[in-house]
Amino acid sequence: MRFMFIVTSAHPTGPTPELMEAMHKLANREIKAGRMLDSGGLMPLATGAQVRIVDGQLSVVDGPFVEAKEVIGGYAIFELPGKEEALASAKEFMQLHKDFMPGWEGTCELRAFAGP
Amino acid sequence: MTVADAHRAILAVWRIEQPRLITSLARMLRDVPLAEELTQEALLAALEQWPTTGVPEKPGAWLMTTARRRALDHLRRRPMLERKHEMLAFDMEQQQAMPDWDSALDDDIGDEMLRLIFTACHPLLSREARTALALRMICGLTTEEIARAFLLPDATIAQRIVRAKRTLSESGLAYETPHGEELSERLSSVLEVVYLIFNEGYAAARGQDWLRPQLCNEALRMGRVLTSIAPREPEAQGLLALMELNASRTAARTDAAGEPILMLDQNRALWDQFQIRRGMQALGRAHELGGTGGFYALQAAIVACHAGAGTADETDWSRIARLYAELAAVVRSPIIELNRAVAVGMAEGPAAGLSIVDRLLHEPALKAYHLLPSVRGDLLHKLGRHEEARAAFEAAAALAGNRREQDLLRRRAAEAADAATSSTVM
Repeated sequence: MRFMFIVTSAHPTGPTPELMEAMHKLANREIKAGRMLDSGGLMPLATGAQVRIVDGQLSVVDGPFVEAKEVIGGYAIFELPGKEEALASAKEFMQLHKDFMPGWEGTCELRAFAGP
Repeated sequence: MTVADAHRAILAVWRIEQPRLITSLARMLRDVPLAEELTQEALLAALEQWPTTGVPEKPGAWLMTTARRRALDHLRRRPMLERKHEMLAFDMEQQQAMPDWDSALDDDIGDEMLRLIFTACHPLLSREARTALALRMICGLTTEEIARAFLLPDATIAQRIVRAKRTLSESGLAYETPHGEELSERLSSVLEVVYLIFNEGYAAARGQDWLRPQLCNEALRMGRVLTSIAPREPEAQGLLALMELNASRTAARTDAAGEPILMLDQNRALWDQFQIRRGMQALGRAHELGGTGGFYALQAAIVACHAGAGTADETDWSRIARLYAELAAVVRSPIIELNRAVAVGMAEGPAAGLSIVDRLLHEPALKAYHLLPSVRGDLLHKLGRHEEARAAFEAAAALAGNRREQDLLRRRAAEAADAATSSTVM
């Protein structure tokens, strides 16, 4: 079963060097274990853009987005046997944030891919 | 939460930690069978205690501590003939050989995974033993899960694993690493196991126990592990390509009623293009590494011809026929020749295909193989020889392995019978 992990935060800061190193090691382990298929950190909101449909009209808005409450920082795609494994994996990932970037608050949302 | 739910949750946590647990233990103890035993003991301890205490905040550390404690017990209990056991036990107690859990994140598990896979798939072990051990040690499947996946009793699998570990220990193979040329030689016994697991899962029909088709994912995972830790092995890339490309058709292979749909009749819009792309990339890497003529790379190239065709009509059958000819030169196999006949039949016409099939009619290996009369029936039907086609399809139905295939073949026999009657009616 394929899962996407999406990390969001209300106060996005880049990861500390310690967190980056810890995440890099975890990623390496998960790739070598054949479970993580893809991952990426996203550039800050200010560099992005949005294409919206409001009142039947398409419009383009450049970042930063004033109304944004939760900002997506990054994502990962895993192939795992089921939701319980995905939860265990996500918990471990967030524990790294707790250990190496104390004070940070955020969410790791995990959702299975829709499919057969 | 029911007991079963709690167990499922605990098993899931253990499964996430399992790769690092087993690789660290194997490295510490320099003994793969013992490391495997300890990860199982850690799991049992977790299943026993966590329902009451709750899942610890750092489950990996808990499991490692538990495993370490059991390791010390094991080392003390074993007869102290080996000086090194004594020293190892001493070191562990002094926490000198043992990195602490947090810094264990430093360990590159790549080397250890390599060692694990090659140990589990040692050619000394039977193929069944290698399969069970690989699913256990690399994929973290329990005995019950492996048994369900292969439709065998738990006790059979349990026995296979116990015997396999004993064989490894007694042969002094508890901790060795093949290098360089030896690795390439040993690789085939690993790939064989991975492909066996994939095919077992691939053959399982949807709607059956979900665990069986899940074998495809376990095999894909092992394939990814292999290409990640042995990146210069072309056949590892070839096998991964073959599996990804075959798995890409999963959504299109059965209809709503669970009936199988032949590849040429499948809705290609349902083929997973990302999986196809990964398969093509792996195939490309196999070619870059000079592995174009490999056993798995050739099979992958054949499947790639299908995957790359937008519709069945666009299939490059000539290329497929040529690839089968290359494959036949690598491995003498009447089944490969039969597949070549199908491709030649599509590329050059049914008569050309039939002449190859007819040369296979006395092959002892194909005597009970339902696809031989099935292919023959198809070619005869295309040549308008309907009565002979009917007989061939009936023969195939009698040999077919499962109900669905039998039904499909009987239907074709009936169609051929109708065609025979209508063609004789003036």
